[in-house]
Amino acid sequence: MSAVAVTAGPRRGWKSVSTWIGAAIVGIATICALFAPLLVPHDPFVQDLSKRMLPPFWMEGTDPAYLLGTDQLGRDYLSRLIWGCRISMLIGVTVTVVSALIGIAIGVLGGFLGGRVDDAVLFAITTRLSIPVVLVALAVVGLLGSSMTLLVLTLGLLLWDRFAVVARATTMQVRNLDFVAAAWCAGCSRFRILSHEVLPNIASHLVVVATLEIALAILLEAALSFLGLGVPPPLPSWGLMIAEAKEYMFFSPWVIVIPGAALFVLVLGINLLGDGLRDLFGARTDP
Amino acid sequence: MSALLEVEQLEVNFGGRVSAVRGASVTVERGETHCLVGESGCGKSVTALAVMNLLARGARRSARRLSFEGQDLTGLDDAGMAQLRGNAMAMIFQEPMTSLNPAYTVGSQMTEVLRRHRKTSQRVAVDRAADLLARVGITAPGLRLGQFPHQLSGGLRQRVMIAMALMCDPKLLIADEPTTALDVTVQAQILRLLAGLQRDLGLGMLLITHDLGIVARVAHRVSVMYAGEVVESAPTAELFANPRHPYTKGLLRCVPVPGKTPRDEPLGSIPGTVPRIGPGFEGCAFRERCDYADATCAHAVPRHAASAGHDFLCRLPA
Amino acid sequence: MLQFLVRRLIVALLVAATVMTLAFILTRLSGDLAISIAGPNATQADVEAVRKAYGLDRPLTVQFFDWVGRAVTGDLGESYFFKTRVSTLIAERMPITITLGLTGLVIALLVSLPLGILAAVRENTALDRVVQMVALLGQAMPSFWLGLILMVTLGLQLGWLPISGTGSWEHYVMPGIVLAFSAIPALTRLTRAGMIQAMGSDYIRTARAKGLSRASILLKHALRNAAIPVVAIAAVQLGFMLGGSIVIEQVFALHGVGFLAWESIGKNDFPVVQAVVLVLAVIYVALTMLADLMNAVLDPRLRGP
Repeated sequence: MSAVAVTAGPRRGWKSVSTWIGAAIVGIATICALFAPLLVPHDPFVQDLSKRMLPPFWMEGTDPAYLLGTDQLGRDYLSRLIWGCRISMLIGVTVTVVSALIGIAIGVLGGFLGGRVDDAVLFAITTRLSIPVVLVALAVVGLLGSSMTLLVLTLGLLLWDRFAVVARATTMQVRNLDFVAAAWCAGCSRFRILSHEVLPNIASHLVVVATLEIALAILLEAALSFLGLGVPPPLPSWGLMIAEAKEYMFFSPWVIVIPGAALFVLVLGINLLGDGLRDLFGARTDP
Repeated sequence: MSALLEVEQLEVNFGGRVSAVRGASVTVERGETHCLVGESGCGKSVTALAVMNLLARGARRSARRLSFEGQDLTGLDDAGMAQLRGNAMAMIFQEPMTSLNPAYTVGSQMTEVLRRHRKTSQRVAVDRAADLLARVGITAPGLRLGQFPHQLSGGLRQRVMIAMALMCDPKLLIADEPTTALDVTVQAQILRLLAGLQRDLGLGMLLITHDLGIVARVAHRVSVMYAGEVVESAPTAELFANPRHPYTKGLLRCVPVPGKTPRDEPLGSIPGTVPRIGPGFEGCAFRERCDYADATCAHAVPRHAASAGHDFLCRLPA
Repeated sequence: MLQFLVRRLIVALLVAATVMTLAFILTRLSGDLAISIAGPNATQADVEAVRKAYGLDRPLTVQFFDWVGRAVTGDLGESYFFKTRVSTLIAERMPITITLGLTGLVIALLVSLPLGILAAVRENTALDRVVQMVALLGQAMPSFWLGLILMVTLGLQLGWLPISGTGSWEHYVMPGIVLAFSAIPALTRLTRAGMIQAMGSDYIRTARAKGLSRASILLKHALRNAAIPVVAIAAVQLGFMLGGSIVIEQVFALHGVGFLAWESIGKNDFPVVQAVVLVLAVIYVALTMLADLMNAVLDPRLRGP
């Protein structure tokens, strides 16, 4: 197994501008996600064909009621964008929770118990890495139909590898430290050692992995929705919006630029925040 | 004829905050071994690296005079120094285990020096490399040339380093603690080798070490460094017989000499530790640990000559 | 060394076996396949006929071992839709996917290596931060969106490159760029980190002490060591690219293996889906073994005393 997560980024932790930008972006996205029903100027699902394909406010011929214009079915773009943010964040967080539970459990077990158990864990990780994730996710949704629950479960069952790798590596490092040996000698049970000595010390690394996994889950869901096998329509996933806009992109490029840019900015923000957290916690695992 | 290497008032600081070398002066003559001795952190390695201009980024070097064979080195840029390095001036380091590139064979690392500076053919370079490997006491040189560094022991690697340094017939060899990382038995062999080569090739050698035993064995001249300064400098025999600086005296007291050091008495030691000197420090750096210190030691300290070729930096009379 | 390779081979076989099982389970997830194949308008009799024709009435274990046995000999079954052998279908489409993957990898290396070296040499300067920011941007970029943007700008507005199909080498440029974007961040960071570590090492100090040229020190001595993990990761990244090509192939209408899988999912063509998952997994495992091999070739220390 090659070295754990290679990292880079400005090494200035919470003082760095980029971390604050990331935090701001994530903050805005969280607010959108939580308060979407209150924030949307229009109902994102209501169609009004008389008002279809209106351009956004910086172009000519706009309607001020629809700040970012409308899509091909007359639905307000801004509202769909905000709602899409809610969907992205929801999927990102839930998938990460599922994959974290699976990955951390596997990784910690392997790292702590070593031996045959660890061999099995490594084998599981290798197998998982060799599976083409997008293809399998598409196949599952294609065969069993689109639903949020299925999507979250599928992605969660496919994206646990980074958690497992990091949890395993850090557990192995911590296991060899003196305070663990001291707890062992004091007669602590394995479970107690795991919960009181190991987990607190690997937590910071896992938080960093979690932020990156949220970003990855969001990107994957967008790709799946783009291909039509992700979030069930009419839910306005940004990926779906891009797919729907594909037909019009040559004449009205803003229809793909806007949701794509939103996706890009959100993922970038999460990554910046993750890098900042990494520097803050000193949780670098690269050479 | 000018000395081989002349260093006068060398100063090196890192980032303007840590003064590693504060006015060191060293002269190495042709065919002479000059030892620079001192404890860890005194600036002896930094001095050697400064001479070769191999300091890390962020280090600032200045000197009243820094010349090699009469040629001024301070004005040379990196490309200019590169012409001299590995060529007329060579250096070997302390850690033979990590000082050779693991990805290339011993032979290729040796031949590239000669080909770089003399533009010879591969054939000529290989022959020279084999010759030198034999010179440094390595058997089956042909075999060794094709091997990788990880296939050689520490002692062998250091011999390879020495041979590699000699590829272009250097006039000056700087050796930074060449035996510190080696087993005691191997140490003696390497020292013997270096002394022999120096004699046979008429090399000037600047040998950095913390070990007074090595100084006694191979050095013609010694300079003792403390906290970035040369506190005493003398021909070897003179220094051991007649040490003048309190630090030197203290060092010599610490080394047990069979027959001379009285038994049943504690070995000498120097209390305290080497201070970290920032810019703007005045006076003698040793005063906190010195038995003879007084108020004047906090100000400028004079450098006396005790006898011909023997000077020391102290307020005590010559 | 040999022992190591044999062990890796065994693991590879076990992984392939596990993936085979998972792929089989995957296609049986939706319950009764016969119903899906027969279609929504089929009668009970139709469904039964389909079930018999495709051998779906046999017990699951029998179906599984039948498939495994045939797959091992290269017979990946017959496509329900195309009525040809799956192995033929995959073999026809594979060159396109591999070309795409290799193009992406080459572009990624051509960008990552120089950028990583540059960032390492100018460590902690503005240039270094710019390179790291570029890596971050690449990581956040949704690949399908980038593909569409490139299509609109380079393909349509500027007319430089064709936007779909596989006629000539130009057809692979935009898809290659998009694929490269997914690998550039990791490879750049790895190169940078490796070069920084190499440049700070003792053997580079020796190289400087020998008076070697700047270029020689950087490219011959430092890069040679820093590149070892990069080469290995590059092989693995190729594996990821091949596995993830399905999105790019769909966007740019490249009829490779990913596109085939995409069509087959839509048509419920299970043998094809099953087989593609297996083939991609086997290729990935082979690439990781290649990565290990290259590590051994490039690092003399791994070859043994």
